[in-house]
Amino acid sequence: MPILPNMPVLDLVKSFKLKTKQQELLIRVSILCLVYVLAFITRLFSVLRYESMIHEFDPYFNYRTTLYLTQNGFYDFWNWFDYESWYPLGRIVGGTLYPGLMVTAALIYRILHFLRFAVHIREVCVLTAPSVAGSYDNEGVAIFALLFTFYLFVKAVNTGSLAWSLASAFGYFYMVSAWGGYVFIINLIPLYVLVLLITGRYSMRLYVAYNCMYVLGMLLAMQIRFVGFQHVQSGEHMAAMGVFFLLQVFYFLDWVKHMLSDTKLFQAFLRITVTCAVAVGAIALGLGMLSGYISPWTGRFYSLLDPTYAKDHIPIIASVSEHQPTAWSSFMFDFHILLFLFPAGLYFCFKRLSDATIFIVMYGLTSMYFAGVMVRLILVATPAVCLVSAIAVSATVKNLTVLLRSKNKGVQTGSTKGSSSSKASSKALLDQSQPFQKNGAIALLFGAFYLLSKYATHCTWVTSEAYSSPSIVLAARGAHGSRVIFDDYREAYFWLRQNTPPDAKVMSWWDYGYQITAMGNRTVIVDNNTWNNTHIATVGRAMSSYEDEAIEIMRSLDVDYVLVVFGGVTGYSSDDINKFLWMVRIGGGVFPVIKEPDYLVNGEYRVDKGAAPKMLNCLMYKLCYYRFGEMLTEYGKPPGYDRARGVEIGNKDIKLEHLEEAFTTSNWIVRIYKVKPPNNRW
Amino acid sequence: MAREKSSKDNAQALFHSLRSAYAATPVNLKIIDLYVGFAVFTALIQVVYMASVGSFPFNSFLSGVLSCVGTAVLAVCLRIQVNKENKEFKDLPPERAFADFVLCNLVLHLVIMNFLG
Repeated sequence: MPILPNMPVLDLVKSFKLKTKQQELLIRVSILCLVYVLAFITRLFSVLRYESMIHEFDPYFNYRTTLYLTQNGFYDFWNWFDYESWYPLGRIVGGTLYPGLMVTAALIYRILHFLRFAVHIREVCVLTAPSVAGSYDNEGVAIFALLFTFYLFVKAVNTGSLAWSLASAFGYFYMVSAWGGYVFIINLIPLYVLVLLITGRYSMRLYVAYNCMYVLGMLLAMQIRFVGFQHVQSGEHMAAMGVFFLLQVFYFLDWVKHMLSDTKLFQAFLRITVTCAVAVGAIALGLGMLSGYISPWTGRFYSLLDPTYAKDHIPIIASVSEHQPTAWSSFMFDFHILLFLFPAGLYFCFKRLSDATIFIVMYGLTSMYFAGVMVRLILVATPAVCLVSAIAVSATVKNLTVLLRSKNKGVQTGSTKGSSSSKASSKALLDQSQPFQKNGAIALLFGAFYLLSKYATHCTWVTSEAYSSPSIVLAARGAHGSRVIFDDYREAYFWLRQNTPPDAKVMSWWDYGYQITAMGNRTVIVDNNTWNNTHIATVGRAMSSYEDEAIEIMRSLDVDYVLVVFGGVTGYSSDDINKFLWMVRIGGGVFPVIKEPDYLVNGEYRVDKGAAPKMLNCLMYKLCYYRFGEMLTEYGKPPGYDRARGVEIGNKDIKLEHLEEAFTTSNWIVRIYKVKPPNNRW
Repeated sequence: MAREKSSKDNAQALFHSLRSAYAATPVNLKIIDLYVGFAVFTALIQVVYMASVGSFPFNSFLSGVLSCVGTAVLAVCLRIQVNKENKEFKDLPPERAFADFVLCNLVLHLVIMNFLG
């Protein structure tokens, strides 16, 4: 009797008396548990290496609002007017944020406290993260809400039940409360309905699912003040409304057709109704757009359709690094093997089309397009790409294992004498015609296993190397390979907190606003919300002007301290001198007195002796390079050698007339200056 | 001349055949249709009122219109689920369909009450 490799396994399984369904459940649950554990662990790199703190810029605002929510309750949070940012305008926080993230974190905090786990709200915030512990940002709950809504909606379309549609409306509400990217849902779902209508897959279930979800979802979404009436007034949401009306017309016609027995009459009726409906719809839409009632697509979303729009018209949007188009290397870095598994998965999806696979194909294709336009949106594409690739992998593995198992069965039935089923003989024939098929299947399976394990390793490595750095603490390798930590940002903010009067106002570029209010606890002039372009342009103008003009602007804004970030001593390249041209562009966009060519020499941006005179004497240059001319930064280079730009600076002898240096951090990364009060008259 | 007459005949024939086909629908569906008609009519009255008086406060207008439109749409969904001619829903007991309808209406009106302002 030939020894079959499955024999001992079968014995073991039989001894446990598990049925196939239970085996499947066990395998599923254990795989999901392993996946969950791995996902949780990879996010902990930054907590292990540095400490449990909030990263980046936007999360600080989210953290501050969550703190406020847990301390003051929901009513105060919802009606909060923050006078500590955007001085002197203030900010209506309750009406200009997406509360989903904060409410989720506060809820988790409350539950944990109810269960008597006395955690600090900061720990809850650190662990509520999309990609790495500490980046406490909207995407953390938004991606979950997005997938949840999609899952519930597809379930509603499959079952046609009102209860599931209601659940998907609530899922949509959660998504709207979490992130501005909900516009993707409210455009993808109507597009999906349209595709189903066109391909003839419509049914009563589709009508029930979409209508209930749209009406209830729209109403729920309007409860968020930040969204307001956009669902009926903004051009980005009109597709959903158009499909809603189209569905009414379509199903009404279907119903009339069902009632009428005579097709000729129905054709006449059809013609009349369709022309009326199209005319009414076109007139309404035209009137709405012409009169300006329906606002056109806003800049943020229009730049997704036309990527060159922002660079020409809205410099603030163009300057954000997350909004740049994606380089192919980013795709390769983030997606690894999924890049070629995704088209394979698309093929498998098309092979067995159903309502659900049509949806995943549409989600995958649209999100891949948007991921190509803006780096940040890779996050939205990832679940779709993973799902589609998983379809490819699972279909391939299934085909291969069927091959393997059929070969074994063929050998088995061939070996037991007396079975003369045609199946056995045909399998035996198969066995003889392609003797290497089994080996090929085993080899391919091993290959697939190897690829997948390499993928998991790659993803862990990527998270560890590229995504686990809190931008607020910098690390580098010292001369002997030891790790050097630059904690200058927090040093500066805590200096501000402890050494300035509580009502001091700090002027800095908008990148640092959230961090200054959260950690330094001082009023700022502009911050990362960037809702007021003119205010930011005023600050940009102040930074780009000569000191005498700048002091006028600063006195009009009641500025007490100015904060700049300077990377010349450490070689840190995301400092204000490298961002300076954006300040010029944004300031020049509102105040034509600031002209970008004034700061360039032959179109080149320089800070050394050959730089433009306006550049050498503007406020930003002076504040960054004050006393830097005496500093020896690198062995063998003259004093005043800027390590980030790689040149010796042009203007070493800087005198400040209206400002005085208040604090410079130990590695010169953050420099704080105090605005001197006006001189006495005599 | 003949064309006009035939189109008028057409319209009349259309109307008659629709009427006779509709008369054959069961009573419970006709009640639902009546409810839908009432809701749409109420919505129309509100729109006419808004057109004459102005749309401030907009949230109240929207909540009024959307409550009518919402309950009409939910009633149509109920009608679809209860209608015996729809093969897809033959496994769904009408009590369940009505319970879903009531639940959705409850959520709808709670949100409307919050939005009314």
